[in-house]
Amino acid sequence: MIGAVFAKLRETARLMVGLPDYDAYRRHMAEHHPDQPAMDQTAFFRDRQNARYGGRGGGRCC
Amino acid sequence: MTRHLPWIFLAIVGAVSLTVVAVARGETVNALWIVAAAVSIFLIAYRYYALFIARHVMGLDGARVTPAIRRADGLDYVATDRSVLFGHHFAAIAGAGPLVGPVLAAQMGYLPGTLWILAGVVVAGAVQDFMILFISMRRDGKSLGELIRMEMGQTAGTIALFGAFMIMVIILAVLALIVVKALAESPWGTFTVAATIPLAVMMGIYSRWIRPGRIGEVSILGLVGLLAALIFGQSVAASPVLGPLFTFTPIQLCWLLIGYGAIASVLPVWLLLAPRDYLSTFLKIGAIVALAVGIVIMAPPLRMPALTQFVGGGGPVWSGSLFPFLFITIACGAVSGFHALIASGTTPKLIANETHAPFIGYGAMLMEAFVAIMALVGAAILDPGIYFVMNSPAAVLGADAVSAAAAVTAMGFPIDAATITQTARDVGEATVISRTGGAPTLAVAMAEIFSHAVGGPAMKAFWYHFAILFEALFILTAVDAGTRAGRFMLQDLIGLAVPSFKRTDTLLPGVVATALCVGAWGFFLHQGVTDPLGGVNTLWPVFGISNQMLAAIALMLATVVLFRMKRDRFAWVTMVPTAWLLVCTISAGGLKLLSADPKVGFLSHAAQFSAAAERGELLGPAKSMAQMHQIIRNDYIDAGLCALFLAVVLAILVFAIRASIAARQASKPTAAETPAELAVA
Repeated sequence: MIGAVFAKLRETARLMVGLPDYDAYRRHMAEHHPDQPAMDQTAFFRDRQNARYGGRGGGRCC
Repeated sequence: MTRHLPWIFLAIVGAVSLTVVAVARGETVNALWIVAAAVSIFLIAYRYYALFIARHVMGLDGARVTPAIRRADGLDYVATDRSVLFGHHFAAIAGAGPLVGPVLAAQMGYLPGTLWILAGVVVAGAVQDFMILFISMRRDGKSLGELIRMEMGQTAGTIALFGAFMIMVIILAVLALIVVKALAESPWGTFTVAATIPLAVMMGIYSRWIRPGRIGEVSILGLVGLLAALIFGQSVAASPVLGPLFTFTPIQLCWLLIGYGAIASVLPVWLLLAPRDYLSTFLKIGAIVALAVGIVIMAPPLRMPALTQFVGGGGPVWSGSLFPFLFITIACGAVSGFHALIASGTTPKLIANETHAPFIGYGAMLMEAFVAIMALVGAAILDPGIYFVMNSPAAVLGADAVSAAAAVTAMGFPIDAATITQTARDVGEATVISRTGGAPTLAVAMAEIFSHAVGGPAMKAFWYHFAILFEALFILTAVDAGTRAGRFMLQDLIGLAVPSFKRTDTLLPGVVATALCVGAWGFFLHQGVTDPLGGVNTLWPVFGISNQMLAAIALMLATVVLFRMKRDRFAWVTMVPTAWLLVCTISAGGLKLLSADPKVGFLSHAAQFSAAAERGELLGPAKSMAQMHQIIRNDYIDAGLCALFLAVVLAILVFAIRASIAARQASKPTAAETPAELAVA
C-alpha cells in the first residue's frame, strides 16, 4: 500500500520534469514493435531530456 | 437528492466564509476565512460546472480513444494515470505569475483581488484551460497555433503565432525584471542564486555520465548543495571581501542576466537547463505545499484593509482604477492565456481517457488559483505600511527610512522609520525600501509564515532568502527555456518569408533567432531597469494585457469550435468569459494608449515630458535631459506595443466572428476533429 503510493509519487515527480515511465515504453515496444530495438534506459533518458528542453515542447508557464 | 447534500453543506460553508471576508469591517479577518471560501467554491465549481461542461458542452466520451492510445509510442504519446498527469500539468502551468500578480493587486485591499480570482478562475481561467485541452485532445494533441490554423484559417494562425511570440518576449522581460529587483544590492540572494549555476552543472554532469536518469538522487544532492549555499550566503554577505563581489546595482544585474540568457540558451540542455529544472520544479511544488500548511498552522489575521483608497486609482504600486486594471494585474491565477500553450502541449498527448480531462484541465487551474489566493493572503498579512514601503517607487519614497516612513504614513498607512529598518534587519537585507516586483514582498510574507512554524524569528532571514531563491530559480529556468521556445517560434515565423530559416540542422538561423530573441526581451528588461518610474509599474500592465489577450484568443478559438460542433446552445460557456476579457483588455489597452491622465496613458505621458523637454525643463524623476528623452522613447515603444496587441486581438476577433457565422450557416458540424475511434471494449 505505502509502496504503491510511493511508486506513484515517484512517477508523478519524474513526469513533472518530463520523464515518462521507462517500463511503459519497454512494454509498448515489446507489444507493438518487437522487431525493432528498444532504447536502453540511458538512451531513453537522454532522448526524453532533449525532447522536453529542445524548445519545441512549448515549455512551461510564467 | 441525498448525493447533493454534502455539496449543499459545502455551499453554505463557502457562502458564510465569503460573507465574513466581504462584510467584516473594523475588526481583523482571519486568513483562513478566505482559504475556506476558496476551497468550497472551487470544489463546488468542479463538481457542478466542470461536469456540466464535460457532459453537455463537450460531450466527453469515455469510450472514444485519445491520442495517447491511438498514436501510442511510449515516448510523447503515453496513456498516463490521471493523478500522475495532474501533477505534470500543474507543474507546467504554475509559475511566478500567480505569485506576483496578487501581491501587486493587494494595493487595492484584499477583497477585490480575492473576488476576481474566485470568479475569474471558475468562469474564465479553468474553462479556457479545459476547453483548449479538450480541443487539442480531439485533434491528436496539436498546438494552439495549429489549432487556430485548422479552425480559423492560415492567416489567423499566423497572427496568433506572432502575438504569442510578442507575449513571450514581454513575459521573459518582466520575469527577468522581477529577479533584478529581488537581487539588486542583496549579496546574500545574489550569491545563492549564482551558486545554482555551478551546482546545476555538477548535477548535469552527474546525470549525464555518472548515474544517468537518476533524477531523484541527483535532485537530493542538488537540494543539499542549495541549502549549503543558502547558509553560506549569510557569511558571504557579511564578509568585507566577498560581500561586495556579490553586490550589484540593478543595471549590472540586467547585463548579467542578458549575458546569462544568451549563453544558457545555446548550451546543451543536459548541462544547465535540465538539472536546474529538476531543482526548480521540486522546490516550487514543495514551497507551495509548505505555504499552504504554514498558513493553516499560523492562521494569520489579515492586516491589509479589505479596500484601500486606491480602488479609484492613484495607487503607488501600479496606476489606474479597479476597472479595468485589477483584471489585468491578476492574470495568472484567475485566467492566463499562456496556459493555452501548455494545454495544447504535452498534456493532451498523455491523457488516457477523455473523462480525465475535467480533473486535469479544470482541476489543475483551480489549484493554481489556490496558489494565487495564498499569495494574496501573504501580501495581506503584512503590515500595510511595510507593504507600501516595499512596493512604491523610489521616486515616491525618497532614499531613506525616514522619508519612506513619512511618505507612506501620508498615504494613510502609519509606519515609523524604526519599523522599516527593523524589518530589513530581520530578513537580513540592507533595505526593504522600494523592493518592487512582488517577489521580495512575498518573500517577507513567506518568512513570517515559515518562521512561525519552524525556527522562530531567528530563522526569518534564512526563510526570506529561501523564498527569494525559490522564486529566482524558477524564473531563471523560465528565462532559459522561454528563450529556446521563443527562438523556435521566431524561426517558424521568419520561415514563412524565408523558408530556409526554419532549418534546425544548420547553425546560423538558430544563432540569429536566439540573438533576436534575447535582444528583444533584453531590450524591454533594460528599459524596465533604467525606467526612472521603477519598471514594474510600466511593464507589468503590458504583460497582463498581453497575457489576457492570449486568453481571449484561446477562448475565441473555443467559441468557434463550439459553433463548428453545432453546440450553439452552449456557446455562452466560452462567449461570456471571452466578452469579459475583451472588454477588460481592450479598455485597459486603450487607456494605456490614449488616457489623458499621464499616470495611465503612455502617449499623454510622452506628450507631457516632450512639452517639458522643449521648454528645457526637467520633470521628476528624470535627472537629466538624456533621461527625459529616454522616458519619452520608452513611452512611444510601450504605446506601440499596446497598439500592436490591440490590433492582434481585434484581427482574431474578426476571424472568429467570420468563422462562427460560417459555422452557423453550415448544415452539419464542420469542426476538424480527428474521426472518432472507439476503444475495443
